[in-house]
Amino acid sequence: MQAFSYVSARTLSEAADILAREGDQAKCLSGGTDLIVFLREGRRSAKVVVDVKGIPELNQLSYSPKEGLTIGAAVPLHRIYDDAQVNEHYPGLIDAATLIGGIAIQGRATLGGNVCTASPAGDSIPILIAYETTCIVASRSVTKAIPLEKFFVGPGRTALQPGELLVALKLPPPTPNSGAAYLRFTPRNEMDIAVASAGVVVVLDEDKMRFVGARIALGAVAPTPLFVPEAGAALAGQPVSDEAIEAAAQAAQAAARPITDMRGSAEQRKHLSYVMTKRALLKAIERARGGA
Amino acid sequence: MSNKVPVTATINDEEKSFLCEPRQSLLEVLRDVLNLTGAKEGCNNGNCGACAVIMNGVLVNSCLVLGVEANGATITTIEGITPKEGLHPLQQKFLEDAALQCGICTPGFIVAAKALLDKNPSPTEHEVRYWLAGNLCRCTGYDKIVRAVLDAAAIMRAEKQTA
Ligand SMILES: Cc1cc2nc3c(=O)[nH]c(=O)nc-3n(C[C@H](O)[C@H](O)[C@H](O)COP(=O)(O)OP(=O)(O)OC[C@H]3O[C@@H](n4cnc5c(N)ncnc54)[C@H](O)[C@@H]3O)c2cc1C
Ligand code: FES
Ligand code: FES
Repeated sequence: MQAFSYVSARTLSEAADILAREGDQAKCLSGGTDLIVFLREGRRSAKVVVDVKGIPELNQLSYSPKEGLTIGAAVPLHRIYDDAQVNEHYPGLIDAATLIGGIAIQGRATLGGNVCTASPAGDSIPILIAYETTCIVASRSVTKAIPLEKFFVGPGRTALQPGELLVALKLPPPTPNSGAAYLRFTPRNEMDIAVASAGVVVVLDEDKMRFVGARIALGAVAPTPLFVPEAGAALAGQPVSDEAIEAAAQAAQAAARPITDMRGSAEQRKHLSYVMTKRALLKAIERARGGA
Repeated sequence: MSNKVPVTATINDEEKSFLCEPRQSLLEVLRDVLNLTGAKEGCNNGNCGACAVIMNGVLVNSCLVLGVEANGATITTIEGITPKEGLHPLQQKFLEDAALQCGICTPGFIVAAKALLDKNPSPTEHEVRYWLAGNLCRCTGYDKIVRAVLDAAAIMRAEKQTA
């Protein structure tokens, strides 16, 4: 592997100073399950690797009914799926966190890293978009909030500017009568990359017979994770019915702009956008109605 | 210009200090600096689990950890799971149940299984298979491995009851 120096940052300002000074030759290290592979393969270069796991703001994991969920960018997946509050209030996030890699990957990998790698197939991203996640970004001089669906500008490219790092992801508190689910299609159950995936959050009315609204996002079917507002709009105000679900799944399929690669053809991915959306919606509705 | 940095970690219950370059993985440090060659390099990219170790109570692939990240950490390798005398029940059952052929994947499987049984002493077969999905074996097939883990778990539960 190429030579670099290593700093374990203890504060946000220490990390931000190094990023400001070294520009793109400084790389943040969270769980390293992408970065170490990228550096070893020469797909990224670094003069200095800044370990951000020791920064308190990046390690917080807190939930309150008023504020919702705050997940520090460096919190590993195993902490997320072992957390009782996340299990209770954000089951769709558990779907994604337990799918990424295997147990040893989940011991290190973070949502912050998954989001910053910005793979179109990043498994946490569609469901985080559906949950209306905001990215808290900081540099030496500013802190700002970016809606996650605006965070991706191309395959592997984010809206982060030189000198900026991701501090945390903020999810609003779940709306009453809501449900969520993330599903991906892979040839193998574990340790594989999505051919196509869907993350959905539905909000039902009090009787749980009608959709109040929904947010739907797709993975691996466009150059970036894809938010499909029109698929959610197809459900708003509609009765919970096969027709409404069909219309939303059709809208998702119409929005998908996939490519053909070794994992699947564009045609298959188009079709999967429809199937994954439909199945994720059924699961989310079941959860909104009190099922597991 | 040597940019080696000093690192201190508790490895298999012993405090160790060593020098390493930031670009060296924990796997390289264990094998080449500390002479702990139990952890194996299969893929060097996180896919096979042959390099698994337990770091601060969490199962990780040491090929995807930098040696410098081990500073201040507590690490258990396959060498630390092996008792002073005899074998760990997992090791014993892997032998008795013929859960290995070439053996290169075995340290990783045993470390991963140990981490599972530390957390869940009575896993179902499904839980064992799910937990071990990050470990690849090219020769034995997984049935014997899963059976060995379930058998070892039963022995460990029985030992605990009589202890
Ligand atoms: C065997 C294996 C299986 C995998 N399976 C899956 C899978 O099923 N699904 C999936 O989506 N991914 C998978 N991955 C990819 C990877 O594990 C995930 O993307 C993971 O979430 C990355 O998190 P990390 O903390 O390890 O990131 P790191 O490797 O630490 O960082 C990833 C990138 O983000 C940057 N970065 C990290 N933190 C910050 C920050 N705070 N601010 C700014 N930039 C930052 C880094 O510089 C780097 O470029 C797999 C990887 C491996 C090796
Ligand atoms: S050598 Fe580390 S996972 Fe294969
Ligand atoms: S025994 Fe040979 S790889 Fe598992």
